Amino acid sequence: MADLGAVTVEPAATPAPRLRRARLGRALAPYGLLLPAAAVIGGVLGYPLYLMVKLSFERYGLFQLIQHKGQWIGLGNYRQLVHDHEFWTVLLRTLLFTGVTVGLTMALGTLIALLMTRVSAAMRLLLTLALVLAWAMPVPVAANIWYWMVDYEFGVANWLLTTLHVGNYQHHDWFVNPWQGWGVITTLIVWGAIPFVAITLYAGLSQVPQELLQAAAIDGARPWRVFKDITLPILKPIFVILTSLSIIWDFQVFTQVWLLRDERPTSDYFLTGIYAFEQTFSQSEYGYGSAVAISMVLILLGVTFFYIRQMIRIGEV
Amino acid sequence: MTARRATRVVYEVLGAVVFCVMIFPVYWMVSTALKPGNDILRYHPKLVPHPATLANFTDAIHRPYFWDDVRNSLIVTCVVVVASVTIAFFAALALAKFRFYGKKAAIVIIIAVQMVPLNALIIPLYVLLSRAHQVDKLSGLIVTYLTFVLPFCVWTLRGFLLGVPKELEEAAMVDGSTRIGAFVRILLPLVAPGLVATSVFAFIQAWNEFLLAYVVLRSPSHQTLTVWLASFTTLHGTDWGGLMAGATLTALPVAVFFMIVQRRIAFGLTAGAVRG
Repeated sequence: MADLGAVTVEPAATPAPRLRRARLGRALAPYGLLLPAAAVIGGVLGYPLYLMVKLSFERYGLFQLIQHKGQWIGLGNYRQLVHDHEFWTVLLRTLLFTGVTVGLTMALGTLIALLMTRVSAAMRLLLTLALVLAWAMPVPVAANIWYWMVDYEFGVANWLLTTLHVGNYQHHDWFVNPWQGWGVITTLIVWGAIPFVAITLYAGLSQVPQELLQAAAIDGARPWRVFKDITLPILKPIFVILTSLSIIWDFQVFTQVWLLRDERPTSDYFLTGIYAFEQTFSQSEYGYGSAVAISMVLILLGVTFFYIRQMIRIGEV
Repeated sequence: MTARRATRVVYEVLGAVVFCVMIFPVYWMVSTALKPGNDILRYHPKLVPHPATLANFTDAIHRPYFWDDVRNSLIVTCVVVVASVTIAFFAALALAKFRFYGKKAAIVIIIAVQMVPLNALIIPLYVLLSRAHQVDKLSGLIVTYLTFVLPFCVWTLRGFLLGVPKELEEAAMVDGSTRIGAFVRILLPLVAPGLVATSVFAFIQAWNEFLLAYVVLRSPSHQTLTVWLASFTTLHGTDWGGLMAGATLTALPVAVFFMIVQRRIAFGLTAGAVRG
């Protein structure tokens, strides 16, 4: 025993130079492996982030863009932001829009995932196919499809609603009334977002132990209670992650609105991301646009915090 | 018993409804693309493209800048995929297979940077590109795409690497392999499906991107396909047949890749189940 102990201890006490070098190499290896990624992330993400913060404290218009130098105005942009009525309207609209789209996406996605566990294998395959195809549509493509479907003259939506006697929708322009326009945009975004949620939740549902569900059913629990007391707690981590991601994505929606409004949305169709874009690229107020963008980042930071905490909790980190 | 059968039928009907709603926009794109012009502009739309024609596709392909923009999309996407997957693989290796000081912080940073809204970053990125005279150049776009593709690749690859059982590597090392040898002969083949899946996901992200390309690339011959789609809309109206054909062509590689990755995900899940 003592011999054996001596044998194992000895190399550690006076390690051979080769071994020491190997150990040092192993200790440094992860840093070396991380270096390229760190350099790229620092360069292409870190520096722009820093620049965005700096721009938000500067007057930076076309003149400054050509000069490559901003003019420091301290909190000027933020002071303007606080008193900008349009910004507050846009922000409120964005929050409402995010709430509605995320709520609908999560509710419908969950229902479809539950439905998938109850239908026949053939129907499940069809549903998966439809979900994957809808998911696979690039956002600009999806926006163009929906624009065509709600075309005021030859759109299939107007024909369908008229044929079903919902009302007379011939030559109906969906974007004259912003509420209807937002309805179309919300439908498009929810349609595009459901597949990810439904497929992920379906995968999660198949991890729920069947014995638990059966035991509950034998005990006479109603389906809603089974869902609320067994399925939901098990799926909670996935729910938190999906909801945070959906909030982060829907809060910064841009492309769908931009394309459905012919690349020149009226102020009724502004979301925070579009407002920042308009201020920056139409008004050439890069500094003020950055201040709006920073406010977006700060609002999303709270959601990101929840997301990362959940990732740490489930041991992903 | 009959009540149970009735609920069965209700679920099947609901499933059919969901199927129709989810797939209809995709169907309508393809079906419009296959219709001749006078069948597209009808107050009573034909649900089935009969007679079908490929005229819209030939129109789209022969449209100015189509091939230029296909090439641009391919260049941007391929460079971004190769660069990010290579760089990300090393980083993922460190995060999945080593213990070191600051690891947790590194992982949190990787997740956090994925959450930075791209729409906000576009302002400083544009200012930087204009300073470096990289506006309207593919190289500028490629660099900006790394901002969102690279962190995503690190995260996904780390997941795949964690899925490789440590015992397998250790067994190889006990058999006298070096760490590098174990890496090449055991780890690499096992993680190959993960590399493919990550590359495909990265491809889809870069291929689909619209906003940065729209802002950075100004001249029609320098654009990517998602931006090219806008060329079907002019002051005289929209060429819906051509646009839907172009949209189908743009979405096609993504749809094919999605189908491939679907199977990989299923494979990964079953492998995980066996291991558990």
